[in-house]
Amino acid sequence: MERKLIKVRVNGEPHELWIKPNITLVDLLRNELGLTGTKIGCISNSCGACTVIMDGMAIKSCSILAMQADGKEVLTVEGLAQDGTLHPLQQSFIDHAAFQCGFCTPGKLMSAKALLDENSNPTEEELRRDMEGNLCRCTGYVKYIEAIMDIAQHPGKYSAKEG
Amino acid sequence: MREFEYLRVNTVKEACSLLSEHKEEAKILAGGQSLLTLLKMNILSPSYLIDIKFIPELNYMDFDDKDGLRMGALTNHRTVEKSPLLKEKFPVLPETELVVASVQTRNWGTIGGTLVHADPIGDMAPPLIVLDSRVKLVSSGGERTIPLTELFVDFFMTVIEEDEILHEIQIPPLPPRTGVAYQKFSTIEAGIKIAGAAVLVKLEDGVCKDAKIALSAVASVPMRSIGAEGILKGKPINDKLIEQAAQMASTEADPVTDMHATDEYRRELVKVLVRRATKMALERAKAAKS
Repeated sequence: MERKLIKVRVNGEPHELWIKPNITLVDLLRNELGLTGTKIGCISNSCGACTVIMDGMAIKSCSILAMQADGKEVLTVEGLAQDGTLHPLQQSFIDHAAFQCGFCTPGKLMSAKALLDENSNPTEEELRRDMEGNLCRCTGYVKYIEAIMDIAQHPGKYSAKEG
Repeated sequence: MREFEYLRVNTVKEACSLLSEHKEEAKILAGGQSLLTLLKMNILSPSYLIDIKFIPELNYMDFDDKDGLRMGALTNHRTVEKSPLLKEKFPVLPETELVVASVQTRNWGTIGGTLVHADPIGDMAPPLIVLDSRVKLVSSGGERTIPLTELFVDFFMTVIEEDEILHEIQIPPLPPRTGVAYQKFSTIEAGIKIAGAAVLVKLEDGVCKDAKIALSAVASVPMRSIGAEGILKGKPINDKLIEQAAQMASTEADPVTDMHATDEYRRELVKVLVRRATKMALERAKAAKS
């Protein structure tokens, strides 16, 4: 199959890649760029483990053709920490023990970041509704809500740690 | 996913020309939120994938008081959900979007895509049907506009010819004293739906002047419940009448049994959802400006 050239920025780094058109964005991130933080769960647009942020929007990278990321800016979980310091959401997830096996965590972090970027002060109801696209098989549906709400309600709490 | 040739186009004209060249060997890709799953499962394996997602001329929303709304097929779900214009003119649409799939899917999936995918569980068709929506289909040979109800033929099948694409959704202005509501039931709010019902009620002098009821997930297509509409029309709506209409809608539905629910359970839910949506539409019609 004829390979096609795409240009995409991932976590601020520009990439030019010749790819087969029949791969999805998550394949590109994991197999072409080695960014395995983004997980593959259901591969059918349900579980949200593959959530990344593209041009400011949370999307499921298993359900977008890599070709559609041409010219786009993608942020994955690897791009959250800055200069060795965890992103406030990551720190809050740790402080609240907001995961068990951790498989859904990268997707949850990315959904939470997109949500807070758009609405820094969501109600718990809005938060629960907007996080519905991220499933967890370890019954972890309480702690991560507390972790995100903590950030939303105390915007200064973690920014100090960001330096 | 099998191999295909990927063709990105920037105009409707290019898309139509490629479609008339490749016909049934080609599939149109917009947001791909349903299509990609089918491609990954090899249920579909087109030789050509024509990517229309980035055609600017298919992404717009205009409203005027005379003709109503015209919405480009590539308008994404999230845009519908957030649109101040739609919140004012057709609030049932942004409201329904909140229960369509997940934020991630709504960010990339398009309103046109969900309609042409023609999955009868789709949430957007019922409210669009009761709003009397029409869809414009274009091909290299010309264009035609048909009522949305006539788009659907069977599970995942539409009347769209192999060289046509869906260009626009048109919704006439909402008449005065009219209320619309959508109710659905699923195991989790944005999960696979068991049944859904949209109801439109128009009042005049305390009487139901017009009623429209559309159901999803309970037949091979999003269906109108004409008998139930007939029960409401021309009478003052009270609880007893709503109960009769709900019962009739339940009889008219033609659901299947699958892993999510039995047909009997779906019929029972139709009754509940039509009752709830009718009550809500009625309250909204009473509150609407005359």
